[in-house]
Amino acid sequence: MAKLFLPYHLKKATNDEDYVEVKGKNLREVIDNLEKMYPGTKEYLVEENRIKPGLAAICGYSATRKGLLQELEDDTEVHFLPSIAGG
Amino acid sequence: MTINFESKKKYNVIGTNPIRHDGYDKVTGRAIYGADVKLPGLIWGEVLRSPYAHARIKSIDTSKAEKMDGVFAVITSKDIPINKNRSGIDVNLKRDVDNILAYEKVLYKGHPVAAVSAADRNTAKEACKLIEVKYEILEPVKNVDEAIAKNAPILLEDIEADHLGKTVNNTNIAKHFRHELGDANNEFKNSDYILEKEFNLQMVHQGYIEPHNATAHWDENDHLSLWSSTQGMFAVRDLTAGFLDLPISKVTSNYVEIGGGFGGKTKVYLPPVAAILSKKSGHKPVKIIMDRISVFQGSGPAPGGKIIVKIGVTNEGKINSGAVDIKLEAGAYPGSAIPAAAVCCLACYNIPNIRVDAYDVLVNKPKSAAYRAPGSPQVSFAVESVIDEICEKMTWDKIDFRIANASKEGTRKPDGVLYHKIGFIETLEAAKNSDHWNSKIDKKDKNKIYGRGIACGYWHNGGNRSTVDLILQDDGNIALNEGSADIGGTRTSISMQVAETLGMPVESIHPSIPDTDKIGFTATTGGSRTTYATGYAGWEAANKLIEEMKKRVSILWEEPEEEIDFADGNFYSKKSDLKMNIEELATKINPTGGPVTSTASVNLSAAGNGFGIGICDLEIDPHTGKTDVIRYTAVQDVGKAIYPQYAEGQIRGGAVQGIGWALNEEYYIEKDGTMANTSFLDYRMPTALDMPNIDVIMVEVANPLHPFGVRGVGEVPIVPPLAAVGNAIKDATGSRIYSTPMKPRKILEVIDNG
Repeated sequence: MAKLFLPYHLKKATNDEDYVEVKGKNLREVIDNLEKMYPGTKEYLVEENRIKPGLAAICGYSATRKGLLQELEDDTEVHFLPSIAGG
Repeated sequence: MTINFESKKKYNVIGTNPIRHDGYDKVTGRAIYGADVKLPGLIWGEVLRSPYAHARIKSIDTSKAEKMDGVFAVITSKDIPINKNRSGIDVNLKRDVDNILAYEKVLYKGHPVAAVSAADRNTAKEACKLIEVKYEILEPVKNVDEAIAKNAPILLEDIEADHLGKTVNNTNIAKHFRHELGDANNEFKNSDYILEKEFNLQMVHQGYIEPHNATAHWDENDHLSLWSSTQGMFAVRDLTAGFLDLPISKVTSNYVEIGGGFGGKTKVYLPPVAAILSKKSGHKPVKIIMDRISVFQGSGPAPGGKIIVKIGVTNEGKINSGAVDIKLEAGAYPGSAIPAAAVCCLACYNIPNIRVDAYDVLVNKPKSAAYRAPGSPQVSFAVESVIDEICEKMTWDKIDFRIANASKEGTRKPDGVLYHKIGFIETLEAAKNSDHWNSKIDKKDKNKIYGRGIACGYWHNGGNRSTVDLILQDDGNIALNEGSADIGGTRTSISMQVAETLGMPVESIHPSIPDTDKIGFTATTGGSRTTYATGYAGWEAANKLIEEMKKRVSILWEEPEEEIDFADGNFYSKKSDLKMNIEELATKINPTGGPVTSTASVNLSAAGNGFGIGICDLEIDPHTGKTDVIRYTAVQDVGKAIYPQYAEGQIRGGAVQGIGWALNEEYYIEKDGTMANTSFLDYRMPTALDMPNIDVIMVEVANPLHPFGVRGVGEVPIVPPLAAVGNAIKDATGSRIYSTPMKPRKILEVIDNG
């Protein structure tokens, strides 16, 4: 199961857990399953069938470039964070 | 000087300093920059800018300007195609388009209001003076304190701001988010010593020498061609197409050389304006060049702001809790560097309990843009000053304390993400062992006072999309096409990675940067990504080229591909003595199936976390407050320096910009919200005469995500100098300055006040 670290304001929806373990072979499935566990969370993460603009999904050590198609292995950490640009 | 921490393969090309491919063109003046673009029938454009920092546009009368001899067209925001139906525009696109030509409100002095095309530049300027704009002047919001004050004037009346997941209206805080690890507030109770300080920083500009420019030709076939000084020609294409409601296939963005960007040329200002003028001027090509005042007033600087840092330590010398409150000036529209600032602030340290609150705050100043490691210098100034003060209070060695608390593989960053292999401890050890740290300050003048400071900095470095195409020429040379704007010598650094892979000299690689129709999408040169990501694409393309060449060798030798090896530029038969180099193969290749080409496109994630340290000695005249840096050493983990001279040059440049930020630079804002110092005479940037030679120590802890270990170099070095200078001032005067710039007046104040 993937370990999902959610944005601060979504922690409230997940009983203030540091992370939640969610089944799914890719990011799309994991978010869909998260929504089943904690209704209302998906709308903060996904918009028009892609990761919400302004958000980055960090899978393991770095931001995925595959979006919701990103495959996930067991115990992969997934963080949803404000996306960062460089200079 | 380079320190290797691992034994690595010896490279033939990587790690050398060849003559750069674009060197002769640039030193002889042959290189074509945006201002050099000349097209048949070219006319000039000029932009009318707001004289007020905050005002409502009541009316714009362009009739007199339109009637002026020599004028071809006058445009306002109503002429931007996507403004025809504002209700359907994505909010971010709307903010961007309003920034290039104001719609209903002006939000900073210098905000474009209208534009003119004319036969020559002077006529265009004169015509701008004939445009009559009636304003309702509004109270300006000049800093974050004014922006968040009760009853503050609201910049964006339609804003729907996200504050910790809640939608908030009628606010100048465009976004508030939080990172939390552990329980920082509670854990401060277990600290033996806690220090909390507030820091204030002024907005600064990147100060690139070449001003923004654009030439646009919207031809009779409804195709738009653009030339502009930019860090990303694809971003110019895509944003301009978006503003003009054109498919991207109707827009070609051409590469021209860039005279400095440092993040400031990741934004798009002039190309869409020049494009609309071109179309409205009977499809004539139009050129616009900003003057320096417009660059300062109208193009994105780095945000100032207010940062509060609270750090708790135990008597054992461990940081047990840290809290940072970051309010950065977004400028007129949302989008300051708070996402990066919120990570960078405590990224150097392994702290179990962290709370970071970040606020994107709207003020009546130009929309902020990236500037080398955007957001990191500001927060590092605050955090590294507090770390310095804690070490002094607790009488701890400033490097040993940092080593004891340093981030390493497995440490969580403030956003919770784990580090893979990083080289911060090795960098700290290199600083500790440096000649500078182990030498006394050279106190030449008894009438001056002297101090030394040290500070650290972090930048994550970027990945993203890049494309490289390779063509084996008939003479055995390689034509290389890539899509990255070359702002730091990346033609050569990419060519070197290709040459290393192919076992060829770099002089046999001939790099070009074609227009956006002729190369696959390549993201903007920024985030220290190009040598990493486009270099990665080059390595991948070279490997594909080798595989394709093996097929041709197989035909020539009548041996199976699997029986052919490649090493150091030569093909070998595994079962016979046959051997052939790439040059020989090139002469025989056509009968085997025509030209050999390869292409590689990559979409890489972050490049691999860079850390740097600045050691600064300075000399202060206690009677005038004039401060001179007399010795500075930059220590940085670069992963692998592909072209050491370039890497050192990047590090020196970043350090100098950081020193200027620390000591002199600021947007000096008048009471009416306008910038007072809009020239390089009054906006004081350091010159070569102000600086000592910057010593560079490059540490190479290879990035495991890159075939040659590259991490990215260009941004980290601007991060440490602000606090390194501030800590040196504290060492010299005995008092600390909690704001930038640390200019002579402030230094005299702390000397006078003890």
